[in-house]
Amino acid sequence: MKVELCNIHKTFGKVHANDDISLTVPAGTIQGILGENGAGKSTLMKVLTGFIRMDKGEILLDDRPVKINSPADAIRHGIGMLHQDPLDFPPMRILDNFLIGRHEVGVFPNKRKVRREFIELQERFGFKIDPDSYIESLTVGERQQLEILRLLWMGARVLILDEPTTGISASQREKLFETLRILVEDGMSVIFVSHKLEEVEALCGRVAVMRRGKLVGEAFPPFSMDHLVRLMFGKSVPVGDRTFYGTDQVAVKLSGLTIEDVRLQIRNVNLDIYKGEVIGLAGMEGSGQRQFLRTLGGLMRSVGGRIYLNGKEITGKPYHYYMNQGISYVPAARLEEGLIDGLTLTEHFVLARKQTGLFIDRAEALKVTQRHIEDFNIRGTPEHRIEALSGGNQQRALLALQRTPLNLLLMEHPTRGLDIESTIYIWGKLKERCKKGTCIVFISSDLEELLQYSDRILVFFGGKVSQPLDTATTTVDQLGQLIGGKGL
Amino acid sequence: MFKSKPRWFGLGMQILAVVLALLFTSVILLMVKAQPLEAYKNIILGSVGSFKKFSDVLVAWIPLLLATSGLLVTFSAGLWNIGIEGQITMGAIFTTWVLRLLQDTTMPSALIIIMAFLAGMLGGALWASLVGLLKIYGSVNEIFGGLGMNFIATAMTIWLIFGPWKRPGVGSMSGTEPFREALWLPMVPGLRLSLWSLALAIAVVVVVFFLLKGTYFGLRLKAVGRNMRSAFHLGIPTSRYMLAAFLLCGAMAGLAGAVQVTGVYHRLIPSISSGYGFLGLLVAMLVNFQPLVAVPVSLFFAMLNIGSIQLPIVMKLDSTLSGVLQGALVLFVLLVDGARKVLLKKS
Repeated sequence: MKVELCNIHKTFGKVHANDDISLTVPAGTIQGILGENGAGKSTLMKVLTGFIRMDKGEILLDDRPVKINSPADAIRHGIGMLHQDPLDFPPMRILDNFLIGRHEVGVFPNKRKVRREFIELQERFGFKIDPDSYIESLTVGERQQLEILRLLWMGARVLILDEPTTGISASQREKLFETLRILVEDGMSVIFVSHKLEEVEALCGRVAVMRRGKLVGEAFPPFSMDHLVRLMFGKSVPVGDRTFYGTDQVAVKLSGLTIEDVRLQIRNVNLDIYKGEVIGLAGMEGSGQRQFLRTLGGLMRSVGGRIYLNGKEITGKPYHYYMNQGISYVPAARLEEGLIDGLTLTEHFVLARKQTGLFIDRAEALKVTQRHIEDFNIRGTPEHRIEALSGGNQQRALLALQRTPLNLLLMEHPTRGLDIESTIYIWGKLKERCKKGTCIVFISSDLEELLQYSDRILVFFGGKVSQPLDTATTTVDQLGQLIGGKGL
Repeated sequence: MFKSKPRWFGLGMQILAVVLALLFTSVILLMVKAQPLEAYKNIILGSVGSFKKFSDVLVAWIPLLLATSGLLVTFSAGLWNIGIEGQITMGAIFTTWVLRLLQDTTMPSALIIIMAFLAGMLGGALWASLVGLLKIYGSVNEIFGGLGMNFIATAMTIWLIFGPWKRPGVGSMSGTEPFREALWLPMVPGLRLSLWSLALAIAVVVVVFFLLKGTYFGLRLKAVGRNMRSAFHLGIPTSRYMLAAFLLCGAMAGLAGAVQVTGVYHRLIPSISSGYGFLGLLVAMLVNFQPLVAVPVSLFFAMLNIGSIQLPIVMKLDSTLSGVLQGALVLFVLLVDGARKVLLKKS
């Protein structure tokens, strides 16, 4: 089925997530959509599948304009979406799960007939799923297969896949690609959303690249990697003045560090972090950098290897022990994980400081808060509740809350959503800490920020970690390729 | 600047809630063909009509205030301590236990009573700690855990009254054998009221006020209650604080149980908690974490409870009307508060 998106607009507050996007996907093709996190890919797909409503624009299916107001509408028109996390019900049997979205089956579904249809359908693609077992017993790859079968059975003629290869094995990925190729041969269309350059290259018949809410270009095979990277990340900007405070004293030593969670494994990381050094962690979201950072902060246990701080082993100790050793963790979700809705700025500073006596000295707390407000240029008063501050001021407050001195400061996206001025200001403050010997490890998706402020960069891709890259000799293009999985 | 308007707005909305609750109760009264105004008048006269009646209000107020004080601590930590009823009961059981053990010794009565109170606090705290441990280490929601523990506590009272602690001869629903008068809390002559327990309840609410208002402990508790993840990241040992909240609340509930045994009934009776725990939950929800507001509100609720005793006598109405009014009040306050938030968001 041919899909046409015409002049789609969608804004969230001030953010123009989709800015006048027009894209045509002919029947029988696999259309790739590339872009970094926050480029607007997911928004566009959610518009197409009825999860969110566009502000302006039009959708045509086989040249007929349609209105899609809900996911149920979408599937009625033949558009099905395979989400990154399969939308299934783990405690249920596979057959029941298969039945669930379809209304035509009635109150008492004919299970025998459905089972036959399920088996016929899966034979076509060579899947081997037992309809009577439970979802819990399936791998992520098999759950995807089940979801694809379900969408086809419900009449999908356009299949959208959002980052489908995260968390599945290489053989399952081959199986998935093979399946998608069979589908387009039958005249279906597939929209494949990804940030993995190699997969897009291997699979797609055409590619559209998005950046900051806009469709910045389309490409056809044979693809030029350099061209795609440049489209994705934009023109490389000359890097300004940089000062580094890295020394030759090792502060943190990782030996054979191995981390595992349900989605991915990070194996055998060996790294020395020097006093005063800044290490940037690059990679698409979900590539393992967050798990790595949380392990350094004592919020996640490693499954193998050792962590040393100033020569002392701290592997496996609880988070509060790490804090007492001068290790601090600044999460990205400010109001969810860092600050407390409903408490004032002063109360936050009281909580973050060491307790003195049983009762809080209000006058002293007020003085400390006032000093931090001036020092960090926070626009607000000590009595302001934290949620009344703007995002940038919340971020400054969060950074002002960190204790001094620190051995190791860990941050997720320290300047996300901030304007340039705030970013420069915050990094000025952070570099002051480095001067005093603090090491900083931070996650960012902003390549320029990574290159501008880090001494060295580690790139993460699907749990694999690159060798540390010296920022003095690394370019935006190189970094972009590594993030897309080229050369890792 | 932008603060003053919502505050006035909020006050107006709260008055609206009270008016709505009264209207709602009036409608119910009219449905059973009773005069609302006459009913309200009887409630007021029944609670403050005479000094004797008002002293009865105070007798009801004491356990209610103790329970509410404890619940303010758990509410601050974001915990729904439904198990407070069982904690009051357990406090009463422990108090009775110590009194029974020591009543025939030669120890001074005052010492026995003090030990009985300490035992009551211990019993309540113990019962609450089980709910807390179940929540922290067993992921059992404190509402379910507390509810279950309430049933167990009630069953235990009945078993004790009809089993090991039964009156000489045959056990009965009237409770265990009353203690000798020397082991009662000293009473105001001619009344059921003990000034000691009144002073205790007021002291406890004052302590809770300062605890929540001015201490590191109180602030951390509030942080845990409002956002556990952030609190943990800020370095607060969240499990320990949750458990501490349960222990404190349990101890205060246990005090309420001890007061009921030593100061009101002078024995263990089957429904020793008299529903003051649940009523305390209503009060705590109504006053939104503020101990100072809890004092008048719980007094008002005690007045409703005592005043409505007049209804069956004078008007042949059931005395549960006070419950209808109390429940309606809480529901309308919460409803109006929700409406206020929606309205503020829109403007």
